[in-house]
Amino acid sequence: MPDARLLEIENVSKHFGGILALTDVSLSIEKGEIYALIGPNGAGKTTLFNVITGIYKPDSGSFRMEGIDLSGKKPSMMAKSGIARTFQNIRLFSNMTALENVMTGRHCRSKSGIIGAIFRNGNNRTEEIETEEKAMHLLDYVGIRKHADMLAKNLSYGDQRRLEIARALATEPKLLALDEPAAGMNHSETDSLKGLLERIRSDGITILLIEHDMKLVMNLCDRLAVLDFGKKIAEGKPGDVSSNPLVIEAYLGGS
Amino acid sequence: MEIFLQQLVNGIVLGSIYSLVALGYTLVYGIMGLINFAHGDVVMIGAMVTLTVIRLLSGSGLPGPLVVLCGLGAAIPFCMMTGYLMERIAYRPLRNAPRLAPLITAIGVSILLQNVAMLIWGREYLSFPQLLPAHAFPFLGASISFIQILIVAGSGIMMACLSILIRKTRLGNAMRAASQNAEVATLMGVEVNSVISITFMLGSALAAVAGMMVSAYYGIAHYDMGFLLGLKAFTAAVLGGIGNMEGAMLGGLLLGIIESMGAGYLGTLTNGAMGSNYQDVFAFFVLILVLIFRPSGLLGERVGERP
Amino acid sequence: MKTLAKYAIPAAILCILPFLIDAAFGKTWVRIVDFALLYVMLALGLNIVVGFAGLLDLGYVAFFAVGAYLYALLASPHFGLHLPFWLVLPLGAFAAGLFGILLGAPTLRLRGDYLAIVTLGFGEIIRIFLNNLNAPYNITGGPQGIDLIDPVRLGPWSFGHSVYAYYFLFLFFVLFTAFVSTRLQHSRIGRAWIAIREDEIAAEAMGIDTRNVKLLAFAMGASFGGLSGGLFAGFEGFVSPESFNLMESVMILCMVVLGGMGHIRGVIFGAILLSVLPEALRYVGPLQQSVFGRIYIDPSSLRMLLFGLALILVMLMRPAGLWPSPTRKRELSAKGETARHENTNVYDAGR
Ligand SMILES: Nc1ncnc2c1ncn2[C@@H]1O[C@H](COP(=O)(O)OP(=O)(O)O)[C@@H](O)[C@H]1O
Ligand SMILES: [Mg+2]
Repeated sequence: MPDARLLEIENVSKHFGGILALTDVSLSIEKGEIYALIGPNGAGKTTLFNVITGIYKPDSGSFRMEGIDLSGKKPSMMAKSGIARTFQNIRLFSNMTALENVMTGRHCRSKSGIIGAIFRNGNNRTEEIETEEKAMHLLDYVGIRKHADMLAKNLSYGDQRRLEIARALATEPKLLALDEPAAGMNHSETDSLKGLLERIRSDGITILLIEHDMKLVMNLCDRLAVLDFGKKIAEGKPGDVSSNPLVIEAYLGGS
Repeated sequence: MEIFLQQLVNGIVLGSIYSLVALGYTLVYGIMGLINFAHGDVVMIGAMVTLTVIRLLSGSGLPGPLVVLCGLGAAIPFCMMTGYLMERIAYRPLRNAPRLAPLITAIGVSILLQNVAMLIWGREYLSFPQLLPAHAFPFLGASISFIQILIVAGSGIMMACLSILIRKTRLGNAMRAASQNAEVATLMGVEVNSVISITFMLGSALAAVAGMMVSAYYGIAHYDMGFLLGLKAFTAAVLGGIGNMEGAMLGGLLLGIIESMGAGYLGTLTNGAMGSNYQDVFAFFVLILVLIFRPSGLLGERVGERP
Repeated sequence: MKTLAKYAIPAAILCILPFLIDAAFGKTWVRIVDFALLYVMLALGLNIVVGFAGLLDLGYVAFFAVGAYLYALLASPHFGLHLPFWLVLPLGAFAAGLFGILLGAPTLRLRGDYLAIVTLGFGEIIRIFLNNLNAPYNITGGPQGIDLIDPVRLGPWSFGHSVYAYYFLFLFFVLFTAFVSTRLQHSRIGRAWIAIREDEIAAEAMGIDTRNVKLLAFAMGASFGGLSGGLFAGFEGFVSPESFNLMESVMILCMVVLGGMGHIRGVIFGAILLSVLPEALRYVGPLQQSVFGRIYIDPSSLRMLLFGLALILVMLMRPAGLWPSPTRKRELSAKGETARHENTNVYDAGR
């Protein structure tokens, strides 16, 4: 039987001074699923993202991507290994156009260097054209092709979120980690986001999703885990988790 | 041993001056994130104004130390005014501008101040008349002059006052609040604009004192004396951890001591290949080393950047 | 037909420019223009580091010095070496690039302003060494510098001290550096630089190895500096540490920022403006003489005073530079909205 596991997180802990942001968190995400991570504010969800994208080094514990240990590697390595992410507070390259943002996302899947850039030889030109085409395609895919030449910072909020997803997809990830992609969106925007995520999944990309919109989470995800004060307190199918007393307690008693 | 002690004394004196000037950089940086490139030139203005007053009064028969005090009494408000105007005119309008814009105006202000000074006081070195007692006291084989004691004591007192001001007063609270987070401070009712003005004036007052001390110590003043001094003091501030007051004091002292030790021993260490003419290299060399191993400076807090 | 007009007319103007200037203002001004061209090269090099990659470098002149001194050492009676210019020039660019990496490698983890002060320190260290490496062995000639440097020579033909010949040589290199800059800007590497400037963490998350890419920026910028250093040495026939002080670095930075960071035409414009302006301001002396009949204010300090004033005023009125890139300009016109945008980003930077 082929191994279905894509990302395995094992006993990861991380603290900031006295704050235990993560305590012994273990998760295992399978290929092709949408896995959600929920929990009250400050539960450590973003911190977990930061660990698996290499921004923070875990104090202890490790994680593997398709069996390869990545813990403690540089962020750029994580992207190369197939983990891409978006940020809770959008972090686009504000003074670049939407198209350039996505083209930048292709950095780790292309290789022209200085010499190629200066002389624009055959290989380089082909690569550059391909980069642009793929970027355009992705803008189309997330539905903002018409804004390709706008500066990222002048896009509407919802479009910025979409652009971030397109940029992450440009790295050709196996795992797409989305940090509260629906935050600040209205109903119809959320609906079309849901459509987009389903489409991404059907194209074979596994999704790890942090989200507060319970309706979205429950409708969309295959499995989910609940974090509270840095600990995983529940994991399972949406129906099971939502009836778990610990979870209800965390949401009512927490923040 | 005697050389060591003597260089230590000299280093502490030099370091006290660096500390005073470094405080000006650090206060402003802490609150605005701006490298006030022109701060060294405020020191120069302080020295020049002091000298001007001293020369006016030198024939009056007043006792020397009193004359110097009068000079200082004029220099402090003058420099505070300079600092205030500088901030109002050149920095405040750029508070939300791209990051490098205020750096360029700061450079502009520096050029402006130097050349105004050159127009007023000329290109020549001005000498500081012998108004303060010149005795030196022997101390374990080293000798300490009256001026040296004055400088160390004076800057110690200034720094103590500043510490009290920042820790114990309402104004100090407002300053600390504004440097933590200007937006939140505004919401809490802190007048961030006036706090910034006051910060500039405080830094400039310290600079005025430092200006008087430098010119009294070396006996001369010159329109571009602020440049290297400012550079060293800024280095000291970064060394200690910029934005951190104790850091500025520590960085200043350390830099002074390292420099004078370097000047004292480098020749012997390298068999004469390198002499005290390499003194200025030390400041930067140490700085680079410290920053490589402790990127936020000696006392700078080390918060991981939050993505 | 259109393209012909687009290229031929500027080319023709550039070709006759030195002769026109000579006719109108005299040879001194051709020389000033030559220097302006050198500054354009330097500003373009620094623009890669500051404008594209967003790394504040205050010691840039050190690379200029490396190129100049290397040329001086290898093509002058100082060591009796007279290597040809086509060899020494690339060597200088290469050496400067190495120095760039040497400086960059340990410092790239540093935050913006810290990097600024470290690079500044590095610049000063280089200058102090140049000033003092005349004992115990005379390597750099100390404060006196190195004299009698071979002029640039192409085959049998020496450029001697002809301001015209150097004009065309420098023009060639300016076009070359501008070309390389433009190509780099619109390439994979250029995008990575700009991405780092815009948001380093996001850039890393996109798979950009920020360390390598920053080093590349330092090396590229530095090699431009080394190149112009070599040309400077051949042109002047003389180098001394005085030409490479901090004020020079500051000046080049001002050219980049005042012109319009990251915008190649803006940077070129800034470099020409700031290298010509102080020279033009030399006329304030004679002007006073002719208007008031005598000189009231010391002309050299008045000149620098006006220069300082100009820096302040320009930045106050146009914080993004005199000629920012067109996209930036669009953003300035939509000021209200974008300003709010940027501010929220600043708050959020903490999270
Ligand atoms: N860089 C940091 N420094 C200090 N504390 C941090 C840092 N990053 C996160 N934290 C703390 O860790 C805890 C978890 O934060 P986070 O992962 O952002 O929560 P969530 O995303 O679940 O809302 C919070 O208490 C937060 O304040
Ligand atoms: Mg979060």
